[in-house]
Amino acid sequence: MRVLTAIWEIFTNPAFYKLTLTAATPFIFASLGGVFSEITGVVNIALEGIMLMGAFVSIVFTSVTGNPWIGLLFAILVGLGMAWLHAWASIKWRGNQIVSGTALILLAQGVTGFLMEPIFGRPGQTDIVGKIPELRIPLFMKNEFLAQSIGELSPMIYIAFGCVALAWFIIYKTRLGLRMRAVGENPEAADTLGVNVYMIRYFGVLMSGIMASLGGAFLSVGEVGNFRELMTGGRGFIALAAMILGNWNPVGAMWASLLFGFSEAFANQLQSSSVLHVASSTKPLFNMFPFIVTLIVIAGFIGKTRSPAADGVPYEK
Amino acid sequence: MEKAVEMIQIVKQFPGVLANDHVDLIVLKGEIHSVVGENGAGKTTLMNQLYGLLKPDSGEIRIFEQKVSFKGPRDAIAKGIGMVHQHFMLVNNLTVAENVVLGSETTRGIIFDLREAQKRVDQLSRSYGLQVDPTAKIEDLPVGMQQRVEIIKTLYRGAEILILDEPTAVLTPQETEELFSVLKRLKENGKTIIFISHKLNEVMEISDRITVMRQGKVTGVLNKNETDVREIARLMVGREVVFTVQKPPAKSSDVVLRVENLWVKDYRKLDMVKGISFEIRKGEIYGIAGVAGNGQSELVEALTGLRKPEKGRVILCGEDVTGKSVRELREKGMAHIPEDRHKYGLILQYPAYYNMILGRHYVQPFVKGDFLDHRKIQEFTKTIFSQFDVRPNNIKMLGMNFSGGNQQKLVVAREMSAQPKLLVVSQPTRGLDVGATEFIHKALIQLRDTGVAILLVSMELDEIMSLSDRLAVMYSGQIMGEVDPKEVTVEEIGLMMAGHRFEDLRRV
Amino acid sequence: MNNRLWAFLVPIISVIMALLISSVVILLIGQDPIVAYAALFKGAFGSKLAIASVIIKTTPLILTGLAVGFGFRAGLFNIGAEGQMVMGAMIATAFAINVAWMPAVLAIPLTMVVGMAAGAGYAAIAGVLKAKTGAHEVVTTIMLNWIAEYLSSYVVTVPMGVGFGTPKSPEIANSAKLPPLMTVQATELTSGIIVAVIAAVVIYIVLEKTTKGYELKGTGFNPYAAEYGGIKISQNIVLAMAISGALSGLAGTLEVMGVHHRFLGTLSGGKGFDGISIALIGQNNPIGIIFAALLMGSLRTGSNEMQFVGVPKHIILIVQAIIIFLVAADRIVRTILIRKKRVKAS
Repeated sequence: MRVLTAIWEIFTNPAFYKLTLTAATPFIFASLGGVFSEITGVVNIALEGIMLMGAFVSIVFTSVTGNPWIGLLFAILVGLGMAWLHAWASIKWRGNQIVSGTALILLAQGVTGFLMEPIFGRPGQTDIVGKIPELRIPLFMKNEFLAQSIGELSPMIYIAFGCVALAWFIIYKTRLGLRMRAVGENPEAADTLGVNVYMIRYFGVLMSGIMASLGGAFLSVGEVGNFRELMTGGRGFIALAAMILGNWNPVGAMWASLLFGFSEAFANQLQSSSVLHVASSTKPLFNMFPFIVTLIVIAGFIGKTRSPAADGVPYEK
Repeated sequence: MEKAVEMIQIVKQFPGVLANDHVDLIVLKGEIHSVVGENGAGKTTLMNQLYGLLKPDSGEIRIFEQKVSFKGPRDAIAKGIGMVHQHFMLVNNLTVAENVVLGSETTRGIIFDLREAQKRVDQLSRSYGLQVDPTAKIEDLPVGMQQRVEIIKTLYRGAEILILDEPTAVLTPQETEELFSVLKRLKENGKTIIFISHKLNEVMEISDRITVMRQGKVTGVLNKNETDVREIARLMVGREVVFTVQKPPAKSSDVVLRVENLWVKDYRKLDMVKGISFEIRKGEIYGIAGVAGNGQSELVEALTGLRKPEKGRVILCGEDVTGKSVRELREKGMAHIPEDRHKYGLILQYPAYYNMILGRHYVQPFVKGDFLDHRKIQEFTKTIFSQFDVRPNNIKMLGMNFSGGNQQKLVVAREMSAQPKLLVVSQPTRGLDVGATEFIHKALIQLRDTGVAILLVSMELDEIMSLSDRLAVMYSGQIMGEVDPKEVTVEEIGLMMAGHRFEDLRRV
Repeated sequence: MNNRLWAFLVPIISVIMALLISSVVILLIGQDPIVAYAALFKGAFGSKLAIASVIIKTTPLILTGLAVGFGFRAGLFNIGAEGQMVMGAMIATAFAINVAWMPAVLAIPLTMVVGMAAGAGYAAIAGVLKAKTGAHEVVTTIMLNWIAEYLSSYVVTVPMGVGFGTPKSPEIANSAKLPPLMTVQATELTSGIIVAVIAAVVIYIVLEKTTKGYELKGTGFNPYAAEYGGIKISQNIVLAMAISGALSGLAGTLEVMGVHHRFLGTLSGGKGFDGISIALIGQNNPIGIIFAALLMGSLRTGSNEMQFVGVPKHIILIVQAIIIFLVAADRIVRTILIRKKRVKAS
């Protein structure tokens, strides 16, 4: 009964919806990154690493310039750089995309850890250096529930949903999008019609770099204002699962991200519930929740979605 | 008359092969010009150079009497050349209209104008009699329809010269007739057509002039009206060709395989085999003809344990083996030469002697307990290599390094040496040259004469009609009729392949 | 050049290039790479104690390297060695705490078996998911890693936890402790290294000499042909994952039995991920993996010394990342080598 009461309290608490959106936002960004890359046929498990770099770089440049937006800008640039490395290895050198992605994850862990001391003087985590202020929408402030749930949100949350619309538009409504979908499905056919397979794939992977680094930056300058080593904590992989569950469609990926954000927020709320009095030592068990949900979702839905036919296959003329 | 294409002294070298050896090809404007030759004669290589996919090592190409040098297909398209590849170059999850315009899209600003694309496709399909629904997804269309999309693609790009690479390989005789009438209409409209084929009857029917190739060289340029099939065949093969396989009649006795009301679904959960029944007796080759995609693959998979049937029974040597695993079936005397030797027949990264035991890698004499007996395996492979004349005679070479013909020999040798009671054979000579084809045909007949029951699935009508003792035609998952190949005409087989039942044909 | 030589050259060149590129990174933070690498070398081989700790560090790395390499040979990318190691160590500890009544000849092998079974069972979850639903093992094993991490951090504080400070379990029974090979300045050189080397030899024999190895490698190269040859793909996927997980589980178990003598929350510490680099450097060959693990063990040990000259030990992660990157896109290395040869020839 106590559990049911706790759950009821969570669902009626407007802050829970804000937390859900906040938790979902990195997944939305990164899963869009996954969609951009994989729809052109390049598997990108480096999302996790790119996110971590994005989180780190945005904090570094925020602390240097004092302006979190400039931090964000540099995060995008570094994300592009990471993605370019992946594209270079997978497209130009036709390397194993999963292994290359793994290398980039390690690179991000290494570089961020390595630079902590020289830049911030200590390992582990940085001080709070500043974050992007929340955006207050006066229209929502009139209703108390709305005010507490979506009245004040990070502008990056709006950007995330904007990116969903943008990705949908690019992929399904433009010439470029048509070519992306063709290249991911049958690169040879696209090539014979004069479509530059390599260029389209570079575009897809670079876009995934921008998206993933935004997702990572949201964790630091968007949400908490500091950087912690390994702060992405597997979110890049959950984003990949969201992409699969969303059937490689930006809108589907958004819904899946919201589901995963919901499960993360739910687990967090449950362990801090005043009704349940969860001992701090038991909290790790709640942290398992989003990962278990992801595992079940992947196991349950994977056969029912259709990946791009040439996904993960290097193209050789 | 104006020359549409001149390829002069074209040389193209691949590692180990001289694919085109000073080839000349002249195609006049408004003619249908066939390029014939066996697999590996260099036809496709020549066409890929004309289409800009490959660059000649030396030689000159002129289009409409103007010298050209293509960097890629885009340049060739710009000069009015279009190509319909043997394997369709279509994007399966896109629609007809999207496929047609891909690469030269209709746009409004940055937006892709799908409606305009559909309108243009509709116009083109009307004016050349190529009916197709512009909003249909490619994966939902039958093969003949997909080929039309390929032709519309070239016309959309303003092709004046159309190259068709083995266009009839995937079509029924009736679909082939339809294609030919489309080609004739294109010719009336002043288009030039280059028709690549090794089917001589079709070549004689459709072409104005014919260029024959053998082993990378041109061996003759002929006017259709001044030649015949025999002359072309001689130029193509380099010797007189016997068109029929010599074989003594089958000595049929006991039933080896009985299939009763078999139903099989494919990976999309669609019924592909719908209630098939037949019997194969000892020492008999039972042929199954039909256009690709009519359930033959699923039938073979169900009989060889790669796919579970939905309904019905399979009885092998009197024992119900329905739904048994590959391993159980092999242990009961089934062997299988698969249609795709790269995907199924061989583990290309394994050395030849490892490939020779695939399927029997756990049985005597190849094992000692749970360990492989490398010495015995290698001895066995050496014997097989000399028996089947596999080249090069190196049993440790990786599967991927053998030529196509020798890879197929590896598979055939392995399956035949398993002393099967039933051999299921699918497309045994696809992509092989005449020598290897003859070798495999002879081996199949020899095996039949030792009393093995053979199920032969092939899309090659000539092959299946000359090898089979009895012949069934599959259409849409059903058998249209079971006939003696000596007592039917090609036309009748063709009609059965297009969905007519044999009883209905003979009733009239 | 033949394949065997490439298999040898690519990883070596990759390691050298990674060290060169990393020296630029070291320069960037204003340190001297020569000083740093000298410290690295001294930290790894400068004393008996250093060498002993290299061997201690190498032991689990051989096993996680084998785990990943074995998976690769069977066509699976087991990125979950980390979680399997934790599960193996945790459950082996739970067992080993309670076996004081058993003689060592029983307790030692049984504890290893329990740890291997735990790792195998945990990895088999990903194997079953892949075989039944097609869920990619990279994603599922990553999820399982996180689940294992949170589960173990709970277990080591609540049901198993003792004392204060770092969460830890009680000591395992003396009969389940591995006897040390020798003691160097109070550091026990674990005899686990012998177990690890034996494991490598066993895996080599399984892969190269047995029918199971034939089936597993065949499945990895071409699952379609394997199925056609009567090999049950899903069974082999689960089995390959289980064997891979057993090796990771053993890695964790040996850490408990030979080094810490108890379960710690921080036990895996990236050794599972190191397994990926090691497998790739060792080209998935069990014997190559022993040497690759030794290399990685030396880097890890030496990197502590680098800290003292002002170079964060994270540099090792960067070195590893570059190695993996270059092995993934091995054509980069091949192209460089071929160009060099051409230049020499001309």
